Amino acid sequence: MTQSVDWWSIAAPLCALAGAVGALVVDAFTPRLSRWLPSVVGLTGLVASAGFVMASYDEPRAAFCLPTTLGRPQDCSWLVADPTLIWWTVVLAATALVLILLTPSYARGELPAGETTFLLLASATGALVVAASGDLVTLVIGMETVSLPAFALVGLRRRDRRGAEAALKYFVASVVATAITLLGVSMVYGATGSLGSGSVATAAGLETAVTPVIGVGMVLTIVGLGFKVAAVPFHAWVPDTYVGAPIPVAAYLSVVSKAAGLVGIVVVLTRFFPVYADTWTVVIGVLAAVTMTVGNLAALRQLHAVRLLAWSSVAQAGYLLVPIAAGASGDGVAALQSYLVMYAVVNLGAFAAVLGAATLGAVRVDDMTGLARTHPWLGIGLAFALLCLAGLPPGVVGLVAKVVIFQAAVDADQLWLAVVLAVNVAIGLVYYLRFVVALFMPVPEGAWEAGEDEPADEMRGIAEGEGGTVATARAVVVRPSDVPWTTEFVVGLTLAASVVLSVFPGPLFFPYG
Amino acid sequence: MIGGLELLLLLPMAGATAALTVRGRDGVAVWCGLAAATVTLVVSIWPWVALHGDGRVFVAETDVAWIEPLGIRWHLGLDDLSAPLVVLTTLLTWCCLVSLLRRPPDCGGVRQLVALVLVIEMGSIGTFAALDLIVFFVFFEVVLIPMWFVIALWGDPHDVVGRRRAATRFLVVTVIGSALVLVAFLVLRADTGTFDIVLLRERGVATGTGTVVATLLLMGFGAKVPMWPLHFWLPDAHSKAPTVGSVLLAGVLLKLGTYGLLRFWRDVVPDGAVAVAPYLGALGVVGIVYGALACLAQRDLKRLIAYSSIGHMGFVLLAISVLTPQGALAANYGNVAHGVITGLLFFVVGAVKDRVGSSDLDVVGEALYARAPRLGAIFAFAALASLGLPGLAGFWGEMLALLAAFDPNPALARSTYLVLMVIAAVGVALTAVYFVVAIRRVCQGVADRDALPDVATDEWVSWTPLVLATVALGIFPVLMLWSAVPAGLAGSP
Repeated sequence: MTQSVDWWSIAAPLCALAGAVGALVVDAFTPRLSRWLPSVVGLTGLVASAGFVMASYDEPRAAFCLPTTLGRPQDCSWLVADPTLIWWTVVLAATALVLILLTPSYARGELPAGETTFLLLASATGALVVAASGDLVTLVIGMETVSLPAFALVGLRRRDRRGAEAALKYFVASVVATAITLLGVSMVYGATGSLGSGSVATAAGLETAVTPVIGVGMVLTIVGLGFKVAAVPFHAWVPDTYVGAPIPVAAYLSVVSKAAGLVGIVVVLTRFFPVYADTWTVVIGVLAAVTMTVGNLAALRQLHAVRLLAWSSVAQAGYLLVPIAAGASGDGVAALQSYLVMYAVVNLGAFAAVLGAATLGAVRVDDMTGLARTHPWLGIGLAFALLCLAGLPPGVVGLVAKVVIFQAAVDADQLWLAVVLAVNVAIGLVYYLRFVVALFMPVPEGAWEAGEDEPADEMRGIAEGEGGTVATARAVVVRPSDVPWTTEFVVGLTLAASVVLSVFPGPLFFPYG
Repeated sequence: MIGGLELLLLLPMAGATAALTVRGRDGVAVWCGLAAATVTLVVSIWPWVALHGDGRVFVAETDVAWIEPLGIRWHLGLDDLSAPLVVLTTLLTWCCLVSLLRRPPDCGGVRQLVALVLVIEMGSIGTFAALDLIVFFVFFEVVLIPMWFVIALWGDPHDVVGRRRAATRFLVVTVIGSALVLVAFLVLRADTGTFDIVLLRERGVATGTGTVVATLLLMGFGAKVPMWPLHFWLPDAHSKAPTVGSVLLAGVLLKLGTYGLLRFWRDVVPDGAVAVAPYLGALGVVGIVYGALACLAQRDLKRLIAYSSIGHMGFVLLAISVLTPQGALAANYGNVAHGVITGLLFFVVGAVKDRVGSSDLDVVGEALYARAPRLGAIFAFAALASLGLPGLAGFWGEMLALLAAFDPNPALARSTYLVLMVIAAVGVALTAVYFVVAIRRVCQGVADRDALPDVATDEWVSWTPLVLATVALGIFPVLMLWSAVPAGLAGSP
């Protein structure tokens, strides 16, 4: 059977994939240019992909459709509509920034350029696929395409046992989650006889003897996606993996991998099981409440900067789940996307600034005391990003985004969730502000002094134990030129974006149409 | 259309920027900030006067789109309720900056302190001027972080851990409260489809929803006011803050809470508030008595004034809870009077603390009249004003509240309010007791210690406006009333 393919609708992922393969190939043939050429090729692929996203889709499109048979709705494996394009934009932009952040480590020989770029773009392609998936198999394949390259990215750093350990933890946890998801998918398939969204939604609407099986299948399917989002109780891999991975890769996991999980949840719940909305709004609501509470409480105790951001990203995952719990229809998805755009911008900014500080040798919050005085660019960028995450002015963009998810909860009559959210926002302030304050405190004696010519090592802080219980301030090498311009570029770009959005938050709400 | 209140927001921001960036000695930076504050003060009087001139409810109104997809508009304007509070804010900020001119903090960083004070001024003016719920909320939050820094970095030099704990407690309690306020705003929006205060007033809110909103607002703003039993953060925050921090915290930031409660109960949910109002009145009266009794037990002057603030805010809350135009008038009068008098008290006590190194009653010692006669006289003056001596501003704040409670809104049970009024009157007597005791302990007695430097010129400059305002408001209460009665209050529900 031959089938005509709507190439236009799959052009964006194809471009990203072409960028991935291209980066690998040029690295193999021009090893002398590997400092920058693979990144350029990868970026070109991402830009081309973004070009297709921006230019082309003015109406919903579908591809890979089954022929309509008697009495069945048409099932398509590939569905692209306006919300999909917003997911794609976030994924592409965030991936591009991570790629820029990673580039200096090629020159230092920490990471192999071609492989890293290939893996990153391949994973991003998976995230694009998830957002457009119209059947459960495409969804699972997309999720696995996000994850498998990410394992390698986490453990790719040469001569680094911690990276390998982090990758292994991530891998084992992820595989278990995927297995559970596949079990759920198979139950749904067994009970409905279909994997396509139209058929499953129709079958789920009928009251039959297998209805409970479909319900269980739905919940199990969500488990694997909850793992990607890092929702409690599937969050245990997050802190160790983020700390063990290269910092840009941790940023990637916290934004793109999380976005892929969120869009997966939205796709599964709204395309496949809209009739069970009464059930899953409660389940997701509880998940959101528990996730934000655990994330915030754990973050309170963190002294290591990346670990703190890791737990903060768990808490933020809880906030991101709130609009889904509010129904995920119409303004629910729009609220989720608005918050995600804000989160992507400021979280990447925070990670980029922490990366910059790590290249200066500061990995713990205490080490960064006075960063805003010694390195205003990094320090102010980090402080502003943290205030946005906390949702306090001057980070108005974070505040407005919080207003939006509050509104989603209130509109859905989930007042209890809004109150839990309120308490969590207040808890979150404590650790975000502690970090911000450290950045502005006077510089302690002995820190930030040039002299001792010791290479910066971002792993040292971890050697001091879980959560960094040993508080020894160290003198570190500081030369202003040590921070690569790419890092400063990303910090500056995200800072500019969040400042502009704080004054004119209008563009943040384009998902509302 | 643009009404011009943006000027009141931009001037302090310009001053803050100038203070941070201007080259030269720190003194130049303070002068820049002071210049901005002076212009702001002068400009801020204009809306208040304009309000008197024509019959409009709001003057200097700005109304343009801000975040269109969510229906959030940049809507500012001042009315009889907010215009006096804006003047209070600009006046206290001016006094604070004058006091920093000659007396920069020992730990340095006077530029940053000036900038933060001006940012607090900007946020407070924005809160008073906002006529859109979300704009209100944004400005309400703007003041928090600067205040946190003021307390945590320039607070009590002898207790670094304590001042940071106090600052964080202040921040967290306020943020929990403001998050509840946000939930209330969103409930309003879900019910009426708008964030605009003027439109909300026109459309009206169903009584059931109104009661939910009124309760959430009570809890949210109650933490800010602070209302007993949510007051626990206040004494520490006041006693650990530097003088300018205490003055702004008591004079301006507490008013954000009472102003918010009055604004939204009066204008937005007048019907829904009926069911909750007696509880507010009761909590206010408990605050009056509790504050007075707690004051009697204090060993520290700053803590004593902090607890007296809880009592004064109790009168304001009682006045808000009667839900009548007279009540609103009394509450607003109490707000301004408390801001002026307590600002002055914190300045004087701060001066004492600077001179002897502590505000502990034992360390301060006795006989301030002998050791620094003018300082002692001003302290006694401010304390007498605070206890409600007739002829000074504090008297009218308390008296109008009691009078309003005598004649509450017909929808409320009058007998309840009569009981509350009687208990509050007992509170007036207790207030008199502790301030008289404080004056006796601090000012009178035998001078067994060294004399202290008396009031210096810069302190005179900084305090005189407050002294004059206290006297003027006491002798001519109509100063506040002329703008208040004709325009909005009498006609509003």
